[in-house]
Amino acid sequence: MTTQALDPLTVPETPAAAAPPTPLQRFVSDFCESKLALFGLVLFLALIMAAVFAPWITPQDPYDLMQLDIMDGRLPPLSEGFAMTYYLGTDDQGRDMLSGIIYGLRTSLTVGAASTLIALLIGGGFGLMAAYFGGWTDTLIMRVVDLQLSFPAILIALILVAIMGQGVEKIVIALVAVQWAYYARTVRATALVERSKEYIQAATCLALSHPRIVFRHLMPNCVPPLIVVGTVQVAHAISLEATLSFLGVGLPITEPSLGLLIKNGFDYMLSGDYWISFFPGLVLLLTIVSINLVGDQLRDVLNPRLQK
Amino acid sequence: MKTTKLLMGALATALLAGQAAAADLTIGVAAEPSSIDPHYHNLGPNNEIRRHMFESLVWQDEAQRLSPWLATAWTPTSNTTWEFKLRQGVTFHDGSEFDAYDVIYTACRIPNVPNSPSSFVIYTKAIAAIEVPDPHTLVIHTDVPYPLLPNELATWGILSAESNGVSEPLTYDRNGCDGVESWPRTASFNDGSSTIGTGPFRFVEFVPGDRLVLARNPDHYKWDVEWETVTFKPITNDAARVAALLAGDVDFINNPPTQDLPRLETDDAVAISAGLSNRVIYLHIDQFGPATPGVTGTGEPETPFEGEGACAERACEKNPFHDKRVREALSKSIDRQAIVDRIMGGIAVPAGELLPPSFFGANADAQPTVYDPDAAKALLAEAGYADGFSLVVGTPNDRYINDARVAQAVAQFFTRIGIRTTIDATTASVFFSRRNKYEFSVYLAGWGAGTGEMSSPLRALVATRDRDRGLGGTNRGRYSNPDFDEMVLKALATVDDAERAAILQAASRMAMEDYAILPLHYEVTPWAHRVNLTYTPRADQYTIAMDIRSVD
Amino acid sequence: MLVVLIRRLMQSVVVLLIMSVIVFVGVYAIGNPIDILINPEADIAEREAAVARLGLDRSLWEQYFRFLSGALQGDLGHSFVHNEPALTIILQRLPATLELAAGAMFLAILIGIPAGLIAGLKPHSRLGKGIMAGSILGFSLPTFWVGLMLIMVFAVYLGWLPASGRGDTVDVFGVPVSFLTPDGISHLFLPALNLALFKMSLVIRLTRAGTREVLLQDYVKFARAKGLSESRVIGVHVLKNILIPVVTILGLELGSVIAFAVVTETVFAWPGIGKLLIDSIALLDRPIVVAYLMLTVFMFILINLVVDILYSLLDPRVRLGEAKA
Repeated sequence: MTTQALDPLTVPETPAAAAPPTPLQRFVSDFCESKLALFGLVLFLALIMAAVFAPWITPQDPYDLMQLDIMDGRLPPLSEGFAMTYYLGTDDQGRDMLSGIIYGLRTSLTVGAASTLIALLIGGGFGLMAAYFGGWTDTLIMRVVDLQLSFPAILIALILVAIMGQGVEKIVIALVAVQWAYYARTVRATALVERSKEYIQAATCLALSHPRIVFRHLMPNCVPPLIVVGTVQVAHAISLEATLSFLGVGLPITEPSLGLLIKNGFDYMLSGDYWISFFPGLVLLLTIVSINLVGDQLRDVLNPRLQK
Repeated sequence: MKTTKLLMGALATALLAGQAAAADLTIGVAAEPSSIDPHYHNLGPNNEIRRHMFESLVWQDEAQRLSPWLATAWTPTSNTTWEFKLRQGVTFHDGSEFDAYDVIYTACRIPNVPNSPSSFVIYTKAIAAIEVPDPHTLVIHTDVPYPLLPNELATWGILSAESNGVSEPLTYDRNGCDGVESWPRTASFNDGSSTIGTGPFRFVEFVPGDRLVLARNPDHYKWDVEWETVTFKPITNDAARVAALLAGDVDFINNPPTQDLPRLETDDAVAISAGLSNRVIYLHIDQFGPATPGVTGTGEPETPFEGEGACAERACEKNPFHDKRVREALSKSIDRQAIVDRIMGGIAVPAGELLPPSFFGANADAQPTVYDPDAAKALLAEAGYADGFSLVVGTPNDRYINDARVAQAVAQFFTRIGIRTTIDATTASVFFSRRNKYEFSVYLAGWGAGTGEMSSPLRALVATRDRDRGLGGTNRGRYSNPDFDEMVLKALATVDDAERAAILQAASRMAMEDYAILPLHYEVTPWAHRVNLTYTPRADQYTIAMDIRSVD
Repeated sequence: MLVVLIRRLMQSVVVLLIMSVIVFVGVYAIGNPIDILINPEADIAEREAAVARLGLDRSLWEQYFRFLSGALQGDLGHSFVHNEPALTIILQRLPATLELAAGAMFLAILIGIPAGLIAGLKPHSRLGKGIMAGSILGFSLPTFWVGLMLIMVFAVYLGWLPASGRGDTVDVFGVPVSFLTPDGISHLFLPALNLALFKMSLVIRLTRAGTREVLLQDYVKFARAKGLSESRVIGVHVLKNILIPVVTILGLELGSVIAFAVVTETVFAWPGIGKLLIDSIALLDRPIVVAYLMLTVFMFILINLVVDILYSLLDPRVRLGEAKA
């Protein structure tokens, strides 16, 4: 979908926004100034806990076909099944929605976090290189970035999935492929500004080695915007994965993510079985909003020029 | 829910208001034709649209029985010759007269459509020669006895030779007809300049992706169509198509998703028409080599794998499916009625053969395999797989009604008898390419019998793959049984209907008793429309505007 | 400057070439289009004949070079599915997408800028916070889901607007447009809104951020100190300074809106090039997919180039010779 598009949340307030590191305590107190952001953080942590401990807290293992029975299919919330109570109802395969959602959340968060982290490392690395070395390196990298950004994400994903087959690791690769270029662009923009600052020029004058300048001086100063971008990209990746599932690529149907659960459930929306789509949609919404609330506040806190 | 009802009431009023312009009909279709050219692409949506504008010699009615269309009668005059009497006084949309030379012109054009991804040649190549004793009689010769000739003459629509600039009588020659300088291009059908048929509708406009507009042919001899214009709108997304019907944008839709039918049935403004189709959903089982790609836990294959397939490139484990007991166990483990009830919403019929009992060549007493998981487990143990094995079942996820959902249910049933099953569900384009490279040990697919009789699925799905004899075109499970092949070939050369039906019935029984292929269910095709319309459901799943009528 | 332009154009040609190879090979790898296009009743011989008719029996590289030599003469190939030139089919569908994209941009600006301005001027008010919360929602929800919800609410339950498709069109200079007819507008509104939501959030964010930055600038402080009315300060000094970056970025975003209209067009059955792309991928119609992507890349390169040139003309500090993203 629109991941390659400019991300509204990561629009830097100004290119010069990167701040000298703020002491942790000040950072924490600034962050907690917004009740909404705090709520987002707590919610997000709760969701992560649920995802991590999924096998211990879910009433059913939705991956185990032995535990499913299509005769329990499409039961409304609070139905009594053969072996258990379905608090959020069941889908067409007789899968307990509560268990399915928690496992789906696990898949979605894994996909989002893994793809963001890898894309951040790759994209950030290339962005730094482009900014620091300039010249042909810069031109080459930025041409590739242009090339990359002109591909619709769905085509990349479809081609990759077709070549590799479906699976969590494949969708992660696809998401990395559509996101790294965007990181490269953001990091390059920040680093370009930093590079022209006196401390880098001073370091260059001291004839410090390239790696030393890049990793010890340039990179730390690019971190605050990266944290913001990274937070937001997790949300983005999760949303994109849902869209890919809607378009028929994405994850295998037997390991549903939140996106696939929504897609699966939407077929039942008009028929009145709202719970198959509504609850996964709600959890997806909560997840993305909570991440974005945190990211939003992080951006404000890490931007010194907006400090009163 | 109260608000919903109120709003639906308002909706009903809006729909009633819309009835004033009842002479226009708008149909929301799940797939649009790739072209208006009647001979370019032999595929469902194209053939469905073709029937409105271009007529063939023979008509297939709602149950795919043959009846007169441009031909009024036909009889085999010997084992290899057929006489067709053509209708008198029929005119094309531009006023030119229909006669036997139009048929020859059309048969000559069919091999001359450039870039055709699926040619109609498969339906003309049996024709060895055509004689024209008088302009309204055709004598068609075939090389070998060919009972399916009338069925095949129902598949292609007739063009006007005169309208395309050919006024001299043509002679049919399957290697290329002399006397025609250029054939109409596919593009000239899309813009309407060549779209001149004899059908009950004339072409008005085709905007790909948006609409196809047809207007009534008031002079038609067969149909008295009540719609002034008919507009086909492609709405591929299921939910959007249902929404368009509920919102009153369209009057009629095909393929409403089965899960929405209960809701649509309770809606006062909407009615459902549904009927048994010619399409069976089945499981194909790899019975080719000593190894198979989707099975693990069976150990090393006894002999090395040879031939085409995924196992030629990588190590695979032993193929358990050569043992009939294993195939029988698979079949017995599936509760077909449960799939029909729970996944298909009751809009399907458990299948015991590859074509429903009412069709030509089917066994009236064919019963689906009885669900018996205990017997299935016993059979597996007997075959030496008491601990089962692991299996990957391939399925498309956007081709047949609820395809991937059915496959998941099948996986549940297999898992319960100890065959730990996972699903490999992909979009149709990926699925069919992989299937054709033999990457699946078991896969789910569907078959609609275009000819409406049993030789179609038996020849394509069960007979041994053989290029020269034209057998096994879609037999990607690669089941092979020479006795069975002989029976199919014999049926295909038997002109006498009763005799042919008996052979086909026996052949089908033989395949089913060998569990060569596992039929799951026959699709029932639903259509949803405004409550003041009726539709006669068609076994070939086509939406034919002539059959849509209004009631008071 | 001319030298730089030529260099950029040559770089673009290289990019287009690489792109065409990647897409060509990628779509080839998915599968054989005949597998899905052919009638299942066709026998083995007919299948082979169909593969040969479309030239798919040749080696991948031979197919590619045939495509390339055609492309150099302006022929991007014939669609496997529709048997018409790929370019013709795409150009036939392009007006619908451009109209949708323009409609979405229009809505995004119309709603986004005032909302962003309010949020920027009064960041701590309830309204300002509400707008920001709304903008988070705007890009948190997947487009397809929002589209389906819009259909459910406005078309099915309320019955106010049509659920899908494009309305009546009128020809303007030979191009069919629908926004000039009432029926066309009613069909355009929901898909345009759906496509606009994401960009609207972007505009709100950009405007708010810009406003907050500008308010801290000295010239705004001076303007206020001079006693200019608040409306003049905002209307002239603030708005003028934030509009330039917002409009520039939106210009750059136009390409992405067009490319990513695929989801909206799929949900609303909008007959544009996005839906064409999805359908073509599903049918492995490689000529269309390749032609579509070549056009998109070309458009993208062109927009970037134009923006770069404009920058260098407008801002003397930027020299075109410097690599710019």
